[in-house]
Amino acid sequence: MSGSVLRVDRLRVAYDHPLGPVRAVDELSFSLRPRERFGLAGESGSGKSTMALAILRMIKPPGRIEGGAVWLDDIALSGLADDEMRRLRLAAIAMVPQGSMNSLNPVARIRQQISDALADHGERLSKRDAETRIRTLLAQVGLPPEIADRYPHELSGGMKQRACIAIAICLRPKVIIADEPTSALDVVVQRQVMETLGHVQAELGAAVILIGHDIGLMAQFVDRLGIMYAGRLVEVAPIRDIITAPRHPYTRMLIESLPSLERKGELRGIPGLAPVLRELPSGCAFHPRCPKVQARCRTEKPAVRAIGEDASVACHFA
Amino acid sequence: MLGYLRRNLSLVVGLVLLGVLAAFIVAGALSVDTGNAQPLSAPALQPPSWDYPFGTDRNGRDLLAVIVAGTPLTLRIGFVAGFIGVGVGAVLAFIAAFYRGWVDTVIRSIADIGLTVPQLLVLIIIAVSLRGSLTVNQMAIIIASLAWLSPTRTIRSQVLTLRERGYVEVARLNGMSGPEIIFRELMPNLLPYLAATLVGSVSAAILASVGLEVLGLGQVEAPTLGMTLYWVNFNAAIINGWWWWWSAPLVVIVMVFLGLFFLTVGLDEIANPRLRRSV
Amino acid sequence: MRAVYIVKRFGVFLLIVWLAATLNFFLPKLSGQDPVRAKLLAEASLGGYVHAGLEDMVNQYQKKFGLDKPLWRQYLTYLGAVSRGDLNYSIANYPRTVVGMIREALPWTIGLLGVTTLFSFAAGTILGALLAWPRAPRWIRWLMPPLWALHAIPFFLLGLVLSWLLAFKFQWLPIFGGYSAGANPAWDWAFVLDVLRHAVLPSLSIVLVSVGGWALAMRGMMVTTMGEDYVTFAEAKGLRSATIFTRYCMRNAILPQTTGLALALGQILSGAVLVEAIFGYPGIGALLFQAIEENDFFLIEGIVFTVIVALGFATFLLDVVYPWLDPRISYRQA
Repeated sequence: MSGSVLRVDRLRVAYDHPLGPVRAVDELSFSLRPRERFGLAGESGSGKSTMALAILRMIKPPGRIEGGAVWLDDIALSGLADDEMRRLRLAAIAMVPQGSMNSLNPVARIRQQISDALADHGERLSKRDAETRIRTLLAQVGLPPEIADRYPHELSGGMKQRACIAIAICLRPKVIIADEPTSALDVVVQRQVMETLGHVQAELGAAVILIGHDIGLMAQFVDRLGIMYAGRLVEVAPIRDIITAPRHPYTRMLIESLPSLERKGELRGIPGLAPVLRELPSGCAFHPRCPKVQARCRTEKPAVRAIGEDASVACHFA
Repeated sequence: MLGYLRRNLSLVVGLVLLGVLAAFIVAGALSVDTGNAQPLSAPALQPPSWDYPFGTDRNGRDLLAVIVAGTPLTLRIGFVAGFIGVGVGAVLAFIAAFYRGWVDTVIRSIADIGLTVPQLLVLIIIAVSLRGSLTVNQMAIIIASLAWLSPTRTIRSQVLTLRERGYVEVARLNGMSGPEIIFRELMPNLLPYLAATLVGSVSAAILASVGLEVLGLGQVEAPTLGMTLYWVNFNAAIINGWWWWWSAPLVVIVMVFLGLFFLTVGLDEIANPRLRRSV
Repeated sequence: MRAVYIVKRFGVFLLIVWLAATLNFFLPKLSGQDPVRAKLLAEASLGGYVHAGLEDMVNQYQKKFGLDKPLWRQYLTYLGAVSRGDLNYSIANYPRTVVGMIREALPWTIGLLGVTTLFSFAAGTILGALLAWPRAPRWIRWLMPPLWALHAIPFFLLGLVLSWLLAFKFQWLPIFGGYSAGANPAWDWAFVLDVLRHAVLPSLSIVLVSVGGWALAMRGMMVTTMGEDYVTFAEAKGLRSATIFTRYCMRNAILPQTTGLALALGQILSGAVLVEAIFGYPGIGALLFQAIEENDFFLIEGIVFTVIVALGFATFLLDVVYPWLDPRISYRQA
């Protein structure tokens, strides 16, 4: 599809476990438009982070990319040599990790963690230019210039996350993949970080893939939302449509489980547990928990059906 | 079980080495007259022959008898000192890690400072001070007096890690008393680790005893491995070409240390599966 | 802040020195032996008869060595002497002082140990790091098993084997001593070369055994470090493999490795003492061996004390360096 900055086409990732291969990502396809904000939501173990690593070609043994392709503009990422792929990381596709975790080198100052990225991507800057560049980057994410001299352990969770964003944007990438950027932060800081992310994205004109499990948070940020279950994208739709008219039963139950400020009532969850990837149910992976389950669901895996240009769903009856 | 043994090669190698040694000792004890380990039992400086498979030394000792008699002595020192060291060390470690506070500070400081000092040298001072009456058993006790330092520190840090785990808090909330928690919750989880520490401690104790003996501080008449090497050095056996004198004790000592080492690695693997070797 | 920390660590060092001195003083007394009398009796018995005036001699010596005063006074005098650097006379080699004899032997040991320890640590650490790095050259893997097996045995055992093999069998290297007998100690090439030739076997015994240990430890640290989140992010940043290896992995793995060095110093020294005893290498180890043979109490005490002080000081230095390596350890809380 032309016009997409990133296109994932039937991607398959598996892990080799002593008891048999585990399919972590199963025939995943979606495309990302320039400047688009795409959310990817799902429970823990649904394969979201694996997909992010797969796009960056960072899947390590015992994992491997079994099949499918990833396209950046017109470049097929799977065909690139190791060093070419390395150069695309951060410069074209940048990852924002969970900064509040251990994503920053504990023994290096923030300044160095930005400058080593610049250096290894061939940017030759004089000392003064580098200083200015770092200063500007920090200002873009709302951090004072003194942060450059600090070590990670001296920063709060929110500051570390924003420092990670600063590193991610330093080479003006076209795609930013934010993997659970606010998971361990409190709501006030969450909002700051999301605002920063939105701000830099607009400034760069980049597309963003926001990975997470908080649909409420996503709803406030993304243009389109994809729902992952057991390694598959079971539904993709513009955010408004997904919230008001979800097609897939799983999506519907997810939306209904969100507590509402207006209505009071019983909290609704989804019965059952997410499947263990090693032992997926036959047919549609969701069928043991689906209220609309029919005979066909137990035997036949539903194919992903496109609905217009923006949406798709993988269910026999949606 | 067999499948695990195949994966944990170190454990197998260690057990095999020590097993072979043990079998040799037992067979030797049954077939060889250990009286011949005393001086003047045989003609001096005989190279290995049918009568004397390991040869004889300058004082007329039958070296085969020496090895058969002396290896258990050396091992005994190691085991006694190693066990006492880990026993005392474990008790102190549990007390320190569990009750924390000033008890912990005192125990930890003593262990830290004690470990800065080279053990062998302190042992030398003690041994020299008590000269004239240093039996094999006394040597074991002397070594044990310092052997608890390292186990205390390592076991303590392990207990501290475990202590943070949820089930200790739950046990506490359930009203379990301190010693009860130590024995019923912490200890079982630590057994593999304690076993690994014990083997390490035994190895260190044997090393200390051999070191003391090579310097001449052991029981002079005892046919232990270390003392044999002392005589080797004293009589310049290497320069004089009496190769059989030092090869036998050397091989035995190497087997002991390698066996204990592989055993430690194997036990470590059981205790901490995350340390899988990825070579 | 920094000053307080340094002063605290120095205080610990002084505590160790004091403890060593005190132990040195009291432990021998426990046995009730009188070192002077024992030595004189030993000397006399060599001659075959007991001198009538032996008691007088003993008394003289006791006065000279201060052994006739009450215990606490002896202790204070002892502490005073030690702090002035006076470690008494050597009983066996009177009138040479203990300090004098140690001063002659110490440079040899420092040379041997200093070079071998630094070299083993550096080589072992780099080797260990490479062993953990998937992009390292393949042949390095082959080095591991022999080094691994070697590091389980004590230095001096390897020394025995090497000395038989290289000095006796093949006669490539000298078997004994720090320099050839009859050589003229002077600062010329011939002498230096001679010294180096004599140092090869003791050094090899230490290095070949130690390298495996350091490599194994570093490999373990590297494997742990390579699994950390910040290494994943480093790769996602598109950093070059070499950058990640050095600045992100090694730089972090070296921290526990350095702690390991501080803890191992005592053991390395004990092992080196035995190596020197075996090779007759004229350092502290050989001196100690000789002192034990001669039952020279004061010399033994002096050597042990000096070594404890030296090690305490080395540990102190490492303690001060460590926070510089790891910024998370603030000078305040360490």
